[in-house]
Amino acid sequence: MSSIVENFDLYAPRLVDKEEYFSAGHRACQGCGEALAIRLMCKALGKDTVIINATGCMEVISSLYPTTAWRLPWIHVAFPNAAAVGSGVEAGLKVLRRKGRIADRDVKTVCIGGDGGTVDIGFQALSGAMERGHDLLYVCFDNEAYMNTGIQRSGATPFGASTTTDPAGSASFGKKAWKKNVPEIMVAHNVPYVATACHSYPLDFMNKVKKAAKVKGPSYIHCLSVCPTGWRLPPEQCIKAGRLAVQTGIFPLYEVEDGRYRITVEMPEKLRPVEDYLKIQGRFRHLIEEDIKIFQERVIQEYNKLLEKIRSLHSWSELKG
Amino acid sequence: MTKRAGMEIAFAAAEAVALCKPEVVAAYPITPNTHIPEHLSDIVADGRINAEFICVESEHSALSACCGASAAGARAFTATSSQGLLFMGEVMPIVSAMRLPVIMAIGNRALSGPINIWNDHSDIMSQRDTGWISLFASNGQEVVDMMIQAFKIGEHRDVLLPVNINLDGFQLTHVVEPILFPEQDEVDQFLPEYKPYATIHPDKPVSMGTLGMPEIFNEAMKAKDMALINSKKVILEIWKEWKEQFGREYAPVTTYKTEGARVLLLTVGSMDETAEVAIDELRERKVPVGLVRLKLWRPFPSEEIRKAVKGAKVLAVMDRAVSCGGAAGPVCAEVKSALYGEQDCPAIVNYIIGLGGRDVTVDDFITIAEKAAKAEKEKPKEAYEIYGVRGS
Repeated sequence: MSSIVENFDLYAPRLVDKEEYFSAGHRACQGCGEALAIRLMCKALGKDTVIINATGCMEVISSLYPTTAWRLPWIHVAFPNAAAVGSGVEAGLKVLRRKGRIADRDVKTVCIGGDGGTVDIGFQALSGAMERGHDLLYVCFDNEAYMNTGIQRSGATPFGASTTTDPAGSASFGKKAWKKNVPEIMVAHNVPYVATACHSYPLDFMNKVKKAAKVKGPSYIHCLSVCPTGWRLPPEQCIKAGRLAVQTGIFPLYEVEDGRYRITVEMPEKLRPVEDYLKIQGRFRHLIEEDIKIFQERVIQEYNKLLEKIRSLHSWSELKG
Repeated sequence: MTKRAGMEIAFAAAEAVALCKPEVVAAYPITPNTHIPEHLSDIVADGRINAEFICVESEHSALSACCGASAAGARAFTATSSQGLLFMGEVMPIVSAMRLPVIMAIGNRALSGPINIWNDHSDIMSQRDTGWISLFASNGQEVVDMMIQAFKIGEHRDVLLPVNINLDGFQLTHVVEPILFPEQDEVDQFLPEYKPYATIHPDKPVSMGTLGMPEIFNEAMKAKDMALINSKKVILEIWKEWKEQFGREYAPVTTYKTEGARVLLLTVGSMDETAEVAIDELRERKVPVGLVRLKLWRPFPSEEIRKAVKGAKVLAVMDRAVSCGGAAGPVCAEVKSALYGEQDCPAIVNYIIGLGGRDVTVDDFITIAEKAAKAEKEKPKEAYEIYGVRGS
C-alpha cells in the first residue's frame, strides 16, 4: 500500500484522460499557466461539460472566429456575467432534462473567468449565483492582473506588484492594498466546496476539479495561474513560480468541504522566505527590504489564520451530530 | 373558447407569457414592470408551468441568465424598466448577435435623473439600435396578444432574434382592463415548441460568442441587420395568422380617421387611445385631423409610414423621449428619414410630451393638433418642442 502511495505521482498522470478538450493551436503566450490549467481542468471534467467563459485572455486566445480551441460546448457572452450566464445555462438544462427534451444524464455547468472577470467586474454575478445555489462550478484562473488588456491592476493583484495602472515609481511601490481573498468570500457564501489550486500541482488541481464537479450545488476553485508576460519572468519558470507561491505560503493550497478546511499538498516544515518567490519576478523588482519584510509578516499571519481554521472548524455534517 | 377577464395589465402580461410555457424566467425587481415577474413567480410556485424562476441579483444578470438559458435551448423570458434596461444594455446587442430569441417585456419608465419611476420612452429609445425586434402596445389586449406573438416571431427559423414588447409604465402596467385570453390549446396550436438552431450541449459541441476580428465584423453586423430587416416579412405573416385564428388585426402602422385629414398626429404606446378621443372630438368639430399609430418600432416600417401619411399637409410626431441635443426626438428623426425626398411630403413638426409620467390629456392633443395646423403655412422655428414645460 505504502509503495503505491510513494509512486503515486509517477503513475497518476497515466490515468489522466488522454482526450484533449482544449486543443493545441490556440494563441496563448509562451509559458501561459492559465492555458495549461484550462487544459488540465477540461481533462478532469470530461465530455459532459458546458463551459461559460468570461471575456479575457482565455476567450481571446481560444475563439478567434472561424476557429475554436474548444471541443467542449462553449459560450462567451461578456466580461462581468459568466456566473449569470452559467445560472441560465444550468436552469435551462435542468428544465429541458425534466421535460425530456435533452438526454437524461448529468451535464456539468462550469463557468471560468480570469481574476478581473471574477473578483472585480464579475463579482456581483458570482456572488448571486453562489448564493442562489445553482449546480455549477466556477473556476477563477487568477493571473493577478488584467493581462489581456496589458497588465492593469485588479483586486487580485498582490501587495507590492507593479502594474501598468498602479506602477512602482519614485513615490510608489506599486499596489498598496492586500490581495482580495475571494476563496474566503466564497466560503462566507456557505458554498459546499471551495478550493485553491495551481497548475504547478496538476494532480491536486485535477482532483479538486473532479471533486467540485461532483457537488450537487455551487462550488468554487481559485486557481493561481502564472502569467510570465505580466509577471515579468521567463516562460520556462512558469511552473517553478507556481510552486514557490505555494511553498512560501503566499498561496497555500487548501480546500473547504462543507465548512471544514484542509491543506491538500505537502507543505514545507518551515515556509520558504517570500523573497524566493518575489525575486524571480520583474513585477516585484523594485521592492526594498522593508517592503519585503511587511510582505513576509503578512504572509505568515495569513497562513497562521488558515492553520487556525484547519484546527478549529468542523464540517457541517459533524455539527449535525 | 376565449376567456374574458378584467385584470391588471402587468398580471395579464404574465398570464400571456405563461400560456407560452417559458422554461426559464429571470428577473430583477424594478418599478413599474415588477408585477409581471411577480405574477410569473406565483405561476411557477403553483406549478402551473414547468419552468425555473431565477431570482437574479441584477438586471444585467437577468438578461445574461436568459441568454445562457436560450443558448442551452430553453424558452427564456425577462422583464424590466428604465435603469434596469440600461443595466442590461451591455448584453442587449450580444443576445441579438447570438441570434437568441429571448423575449422581454419593458414597462417603459423614464431614465434618471432626476430619479423618476413614471412613464416615458427614454429607456427603450436608448436601446433601439441593439438589434432587437421592438413592439409597442396601446392597451392591455395588445400587450397580451403581442406577448404571445413575440415568442412565435422571435423563434421563427427565418428570424431567430430577441423581441421586446413595450408597455407604458403605470398607464398600462398598473391599469385594469377587460382582456380576452386565448385558451391554452389555442396558444399551443399557434405557437409550436421552440426548436433552437444550435445549443450548447455535449451531444453536439459548438462555440458560441467567439471573437470577431475586423475582417469579419462588417459581415457580422450586416448579417444581423439583414436578419432584423427580413424579420418584417415573418412578422406580417404571423400577424396574418393571428388574425385568422383570433380575429384581431395587427400591422406595423395603423391609422384612425385619416381620410381627408390635413393634419395627422403620430403616436406611440398608450398615447394612441388618448389621441383617438381627441381626434373624435376634432372630427365632430369638422377639423380634418387623423391619427397614425406606430406599433412596430424595430424593424422600422418606413414603407408603411410613407403610405400612412400620404395626402396629409402636416404630420405632428409625438415623442416620449428627448434625444438631448439631437436633430429631433427619436421617433420623429426616424419618421423624417423615412419621408425624406418623398413627393408631397407633409410638413413635419415634433412634440416631446409626457416625460417622466407627466399626464398626456385629450386637451393636449387638441392643442397640439391646432398648433400643428399652423405649420402648413409657417414652419416652426424650432425642430422640436418639449410640450407643456411650465414657465415657458
